[in-house]
Amino acid sequence: MDDLYRDEILEHYRNPHNFGTLESPTTAKEGANPLCGDRITLMLAIDDQGTVEDVAFTGRGCAISQASASMLTDEIKGKPLAEIANLGRQDVLDNLGIEISPARMKCAMLSLETLRSAVADRVAWQGKTDEG
Amino acid sequence: MAIARLLDPVALRADFAIFERDFRGRQLAYLDSAATSLKPRVVADAMSAYLNTYSANVHRGIYEIGEEATAAYEAARAKIASFIGARDAREIVMVRNATEAINLVAYAWGRHNIKRADTIITTEMEHHSNLIPWQMLTQEKDADLEFVPFDEQGRLIQDSYDVLLRTKPKLVAFTAVSNGIGTINPVADMVARAHEVGALVLVDGAQAVPHQPVNVQDLGCDFFVFSGHKALGPPGSGALWARREILDEMPPFMGGGEMIREVHLRHTTYNEVPYKFEAGTPDVSAAIGLGAALDYLSDLGMEHVRAHEKELVEYALELLPREVPSIRIHGPLSAQDRAGVITFNLADAHPHDVATLLDREAIAVRAGHHCTMPLHQRLGEEASARASFYVYTDRDDIDRLADALKKVERLFARPAVSAPAH
Repeated sequence: MDDLYRDEILEHYRNPHNFGTLESPTTAKEGANPLCGDRITLMLAIDDQGTVEDVAFTGRGCAISQASASMLTDEIKGKPLAEIANLGRQDVLDNLGIEISPARMKCAMLSLETLRSAVADRVAWQGKTDEG
Repeated sequence: MAIARLLDPVALRADFAIFERDFRGRQLAYLDSAATSLKPRVVADAMSAYLNTYSANVHRGIYEIGEEATAAYEAARAKIASFIGARDAREIVMVRNATEAINLVAYAWGRHNIKRADTIITTEMEHHSNLIPWQMLTQEKDADLEFVPFDEQGRLIQDSYDVLLRTKPKLVAFTAVSNGIGTINPVADMVARAHEVGALVLVDGAQAVPHQPVNVQDLGCDFFVFSGHKALGPPGSGALWARREILDEMPPFMGGGEMIREVHLRHTTYNEVPYKFEAGTPDVSAAIGLGAALDYLSDLGMEHVRAHEKELVEYALELLPREVPSIRIHGPLSAQDRAGVITFNLADAHPHDVATLLDREAIAVRAGHHCTMPLHQRLGEEASARASFYVYTDRDDIDRLADALKKVERLFARPAVSAPAH
């Protein structure tokens, strides 16, 4: 049992990075996984050049969804949307670095799906959306 | 207790092929029977015999296997009737599951009997299947839907029910046993009080029929529904029971073959009950499988099944809080009015993580809202984990659950290791 959740996952779960709210986000989006009750609210501050200056999230959920959001927000902070557009499901799985069963895939992908929806009007996503 | 020893869960595992499977070097600890039960071999055998050796349609073929199929299908109906204490097998309508049965009542009875400003009463602990059909009906009819709340220990607040009954509801629909938190409701008493104000009563027996003796005459209700797949039977089997007079007056549910007496291009006369409600070729093999499952349960004796599960609940309610300090158990804390359902949260681990980690130990529990979102809102939990028992469950399964939950607790309480800087 102990080998399934790496320490890094548990650490992100206990102390998630970028957890909180932004004072003046340029966009905010709620995402929920109705089957499980996982939910997050993602806030982004995107500057005129299309760079994610700051990012924050709040939410409740399992270790997988919360660690995934923590890692994803770390990954996109300071990056231009053009680069973020290349993020796909495999990047999220690589970040997590643990085996994700099909039943838990929605937990892992909640933050990515919420991010996609938050910037849908600004980004033509390159990352694959349908595998995994 | 002498009565509980009459049912030996370990010995009867020989009747279930799934216990021969290897799950990471262990036997499966299946603690999700409230979602669906495992199936004994006799169920698949009965279905296989039909599909392989007399797979004719029912009520049609004037030849040997057609008559065999009809006889087996109607024998299954008679077994269902006898199992729940119906007066007459013609009061049993074969459906796919409890959900279909409730929708049938909401559509066929509800659309003709519920009018604007009428009231339907249900409860805050219902499975979505006994909530959403009534939402749809009352929205369509501009009628009222009211809810009996439950208290801190998951018991329906009877004083609130009495207040709601003063609205003179047309229908009261509630579950005999909560699938979410295991509460065994005082069904006969609640039915009697509803009848005093002239309401009809639908009882959701999905969690009752598999686990305790049920007699619809004793309950006194007007409609009763259950699913076969939670009672050792196959998916696609289930029944609606209703009093004959009510079924006679109800218009059909679906139109099609079987449900007719005489068809003309512009009008049709309908078949007698229950066939009036069974349009189309039914799931014959599922019905036959359910018949075999009910035979199996009858051989065990439903009073023994209940005694066995009650003993497991007593054991779990005592063991888990002692062994797993951070556990919060929802629902009644006495086995007397609690079915074999232990719903819980751990302080630091989300139910999904609990279920994933238990799966590594070949322990199957449910995590989520168990199709009871309003119940979870009332509990103040987004989700919970649920361990539920049946005839093949024994104390060792609960010991394994406690041991695994201790490990989960330790894992999530482990001192933080600093994460790499990003």
